[in-house]
Amino acid sequence: MVQYVAARLDASFSALADATRRGVLEELERGEASITELANRFQMTLTGMKKHVAVLEEAGLVKTEKVGRVRTCRLGADGLAAEAAWIERYRRRWALRFDELDKVVEDLKREEEANGRT
Amino acid sequence: MDGHNDAPETGRTVVTRKSDRELVVTRIFDAPPRIVFEAWSRAELFRRWWVPETLGVPLRACEMDVRTGGAYRLEFGLDAANSMAFFGRYLEVTPPSRIVWTNEESGDDAALTTVTFEERDGQTLLTLSELYPSKEACDEAIQGSAAGLPEQFNQLDALLAAGF
Repeated sequence: MVQYVAARLDASFSALADATRRGVLEELERGEASITELANRFQMTLTGMKKHVAVLEEAGLVKTEKVGRVRTCRLGADGLAAEAAWIERYRRRWALRFDELDKVVEDLKREEEANGRT
Repeated sequence: MDGHNDAPETGRTVVTRKSDRELVVTRIFDAPPRIVFEAWSRAELFRRWWVPETLGVPLRACEMDVRTGGAYRLEFGLDAANSMAFFGRYLEVTPPSRIVWTNEESGDDAALTTVTFEERDGQTLLTLSELYPSKEACDEAIQGSAAGLPEQFNQLDALLAAGF
């Protein structure tokens, strides 16, 4: 079960690595929208938006349904989108910190090397 | 993207939900563990990276007694009236490989945080684990913050800036 959830979350992380796709989820949090509406909102071609939605659907974050000629998108039903979004924020928080920690570590390394030489 | 790989490439931060009640973050640093440990355990170094200055959320106080049984207290905010404190105790400090601490500001449902520094060919594999007392507490930490998602999503960068 944990494995299964983890595998799905991995797909979610990839899906959320893109700013447009995060934006699409944000839009869908407010309510369902058609692919055309999403494409307009993000000033993107229909083809481009279809690709983004396909990635989100693959990851289970979004569900789509075609009624007539309109494909409507809504959030996946099980809260996965919310959890994945939270974990991605959590990851970015740590990534941000660790980028800074990297700089401190580099400074310490340089200091040590300088001291070693004298 | 393989979140299960416990040896990420240098510079990449990977998060895994390891179990119902545990979140794990890994990252490789290009320096031996003693150096990464030093950057983590000396307050004047720690405060440079924990909430980076560029983000504009001042760290008003940073007291750290990094030894087994020692206490820490971090206080963020613009002034005393608008500040937030994080505090707890170090349950285990083993230089240069391991630090375990409590997060007491969050009450009974708080996670226990463990960071380990493992040598890998002269580099350091850093593994940070947040272990919650129950699945419910872990879910709550995740879903609780996700509840206000639309606004939070809007302010993704601002939230990141605040360190939450």
